[in-house]
Amino acid sequence: MVKKKTQRQVPKEHLDIHPCCTPFEVPEDIPLEQQLDMYFKILLAREFDTRVRELWMAGHISGLAHSYVGAEAVAVGACGALRPDDWITSTHRGHGHVIAKGGDVKTMMAELHGKFEGYNRGKGGSMHIADVEHGMLGATGIVGSALPVAVGAAYASDLRGDGRVTICFHGDGGSNQGVWHESINMAAAWNLPVIFITENNQMAVATAFNRVARECDVYRRAGGYGIPGVQVDGFNPFAVYSATKAAVERARKGEGPTLIEAKFMRLLGHFVADDQSYRDLSEVEPWWELEPTVRMRAYFLDNKLVSDQELERIEGKALQDIADAIDYAQNKATEPPAETLLDDVYAHGEVIQ
Amino acid sequence: MSIITVRQALNDAMREEMIRDESVFIIGCDVGLRGNAFGVTKGLMEEFGEKRVRDTPISEATIAGLGVGAAAAGMRPIVEILYSDWITLAMDQLVNMAAKMRYMFGGKINMPMVVRAPFGGGGGMAAQHSQSFEAWFNHIPGLKVVTPITPHDVKGLLKSAIRDDNPVVFFEHKRAYTLEGDVPDSDYTVPIGQAAIRREGSDVTIVAYSQMALKAQEAAEQLAQEGIACEVIDLRTLVPLDYESVLKSLEKTGRIVVCQEANLRGGMASDIVAEIIDRGFDLLEGQPVRVGGLNVPMPYNKGLEEMVIPGVDRIKEGVRKALSD
Repeated sequence: MVKKKTQRQVPKEHLDIHPCCTPFEVPEDIPLEQQLDMYFKILLAREFDTRVRELWMAGHISGLAHSYVGAEAVAVGACGALRPDDWITSTHRGHGHVIAKGGDVKTMMAELHGKFEGYNRGKGGSMHIADVEHGMLGATGIVGSALPVAVGAAYASDLRGDGRVTICFHGDGGSNQGVWHESINMAAAWNLPVIFITENNQMAVATAFNRVARECDVYRRAGGYGIPGVQVDGFNPFAVYSATKAAVERARKGEGPTLIEAKFMRLLGHFVADDQSYRDLSEVEPWWELEPTVRMRAYFLDNKLVSDQELERIEGKALQDIADAIDYAQNKATEPPAETLLDDVYAHGEVIQ
Repeated sequence: MSIITVRQALNDAMREEMIRDESVFIIGCDVGLRGNAFGVTKGLMEEFGEKRVRDTPISEATIAGLGVGAAAAGMRPIVEILYSDWITLAMDQLVNMAAKMRYMFGGKINMPMVVRAPFGGGGGMAAQHSQSFEAWFNHIPGLKVVTPITPHDVKGLLKSAIRDDNPVVFFEHKRAYTLEGDVPDSDYTVPIGQAAIRREGSDVTIVAYSQMALKAQEAAEQLAQEGIACEVIDLRTLVPLDYESVLKSLEKTGRIVVCQEANLRGGMASDIVAEIIDRGFDLLEGQPVRVGGLNVPMPYNKGLEEMVIPGVDRIKEGVRKALSD
């Protein structure tokens, strides 16, 4: 694919911090309009989780909420290479996946507030957020548990011959679960149309990946399954897009799965109120200079693609959309009626007590 | 009517449902080329192809999870766990995903998935090939659990399970594959959640399921010669459990014995007795009695194994105990 060079090389100091850091080389099949849409979705996900943290601290959101801040380029870059009817599976950090797949922030914010108008009728919350209509098969609170589900969705596509592919997002933590091995092996054995994307943020809850794995470049494991493995800059949405696009094309042609490792750094705590006493935050600090919103903004301006005012307009819209979502969730959406408590344990209104 | 084995009933049910509905497929270890360890799926891969009858690697968690994903995407997977003992490996996918996904998602998906699992002891297969884990699944909201024993019920309930939009755990007793019985030649189903009265009687109700339902009938026949009239209820389904039939029988007899093959502690019999106390305490004229396996891992030695698994004599003892006060 012909690449439009936008930045000759990554400054050495960036590579010292983030060895996978790559320049924003934009594939020619992404017109400026789509680039800006990607920027908007990244901002929307960023603002969503920024506000979720405040709302959680203020007691408006209960349970657990895990931030996708810093990972936005992975979901937005990857989903940019999908058709609307393709499937994705998610992690416990699902908000960004919903937004990237075209979901609605009002419905999601209503769910986080436990409201009946939410995606899950107030029964799932952040950790089970699901937008099946847009092909998002649900966040899950158990690390790695969506891997077999992704293989199943891909198996369904293979049986039906419907040409859909499935992206399985998971973390470096998930890559150490047994089902990770089983799932990739099975998908590889049968050439299933699934793309495994490891969001390697180098932290599993409070434990750094390099303390619990000898090989910290997850993509290298692909060889053990006889499938291609690639590593990309997880802070670079265009790099994620390009790698995913190639993998999607392979999958649609029946050539089987690809393992993509999107490497970056978890910028915040494991969950919204995590004090991160277990790591030296000064080591995280430089990564904030490399995260996607900073670099995208610089990319648009340095290449004189859009004006500062236009970027501000997009940024303002993201902020406003989330403010509107919060207003909707808090002031317009309603509590689930008590009589819905036993609904949907079983299909078709069946209640078994 | 034809006389067929349980093995044939299972095979026929799957074949007929796969013809009826293209979204039905089977996955599991050795279900294809070998036709399953007990010959249950013989011929199906030849008939429906490798994709619809899929031999898998030995990866129970992902076999089950693949079923979850495929069901969420609109298929009707039949997932086979070669021996139900190894369902432990698939527990996370069954308990945390299959059972809860519809509820967690606010009803946005169906989970039309069947998990077939051969259970039960009696073959000298020791502690990891003989267990009965049905009580674990009884505990999990969102799952249905069926345990038929006759060829008629096995076929009819497997068809119902395949057509059900909920995850159904289907326990087949591995000592019963050669059991023969009458089966209608035309398409039929047995509804999930309906018990069958196997024998009528007015002195005591014996509630049992799977292999124990057969032993209960044998015990009832022997007790009849002593003048004790037992009513035998084969539950057939454990979730939802047909308490209406159980309580109706109890109304008549006032006395009840609940039998299970699994070791007794934390088992179905305990739960059923507790429910009977909650729902029909006033109907009881004597203490409810549980009959079940000993709380010990299944031993290999035949003599020791026989001591663990409750037989006809233990059911008869249970009946006498129920009648003793």
